[in-house]
Amino acid sequence: MADPMKIRANVVGDSTEVKVLMNHEMETGQRKDAQGKTIPAWFIQNVKVTHNEKVVLNAQWGPAVAKNPFLSFKFKGGAKGDKVKITWTDNRNDTRTDEATIA
Amino acid sequence: MDTTRRHALKTGGGVTLLTLLAAAGWLKPGEAAAEDWNKAAFETKSMDETMKALGGGAPATSADIIFFSTPDIAENGAVVPIGITSKIANTQSIAILVEKNPNILAAVFDIPAGTDTSLSTRIKMGQTSNVYALVKADGKYHVASKEIKVTLGGCGG
Repeated sequence: MADPMKIRANVVGDSTEVKVLMNHEMETGQRKDAQGKTIPAWFIQNVKVTHNEKVVLNAQWGPAVAKNPFLSFKFKGGAKGDKVKITWTDNRNDTRTDEATIA
Repeated sequence: MDTTRRHALKTGGGVTLLTLLAAAGWLKPGEAAAEDWNKAAFETKSMDETMKALGGGAPATSADIIFFSTPDIAENGAVVPIGITSKIANTQSIAILVEKNPNILAAVFDIPAGTDTSLSTRIKMGQTSNVYALVKADGKYHVASKEIKVTLGGCGG
């Protein structure tokens, strides 16, 4: 199981700003190890962010997203104490969901 | 006796229906997420192919797509911050394309109504390249680009 994400969600004006740092190797499938063997690709493919069961962002990623991916965006609404839920799924079908409270 | 038989038939029927549904592709546990991933687009190796795979064709260049907190020169290609704002009304999705990466498409963000059409993330770049922001708005495609110089590549072996 992958390490937890770091999520910060803050109310800014009439919006909620979400910043998330995920823990993932994001291996491209281009690199070779010391023996010259290609390291297989291993990366997050889907990211879904929901607020009160409503999807506020849906992303598809390729291996070109940097290791330990960072993502920041804003959505309208959201009140202090609400939950923001983020789920990612990688190409090995591993998945992780974390939740943060809007501050 | 009769009721037991009926019950068994009923239960049996239920199971068959589920199996049929699974066989017909209605129920695919564990595969649902992978299907949301546009494999064809992510495997493209040229700008034209990528645009086509995303449904873009020949997008119009737009001055309403702005790169923010994006460097002109990235010292480390493994971590290049990219920020994109679209001021085009009804923006539905933003895609990040790196012309000279082995696979052009880096990420696609679907933006539902109510979410700001502005976001930032970090990508990898193999070498100095133009980075394109492809925006879909009202079913039409718009594009903007920015050259980012890379002094140390992020995809090397």
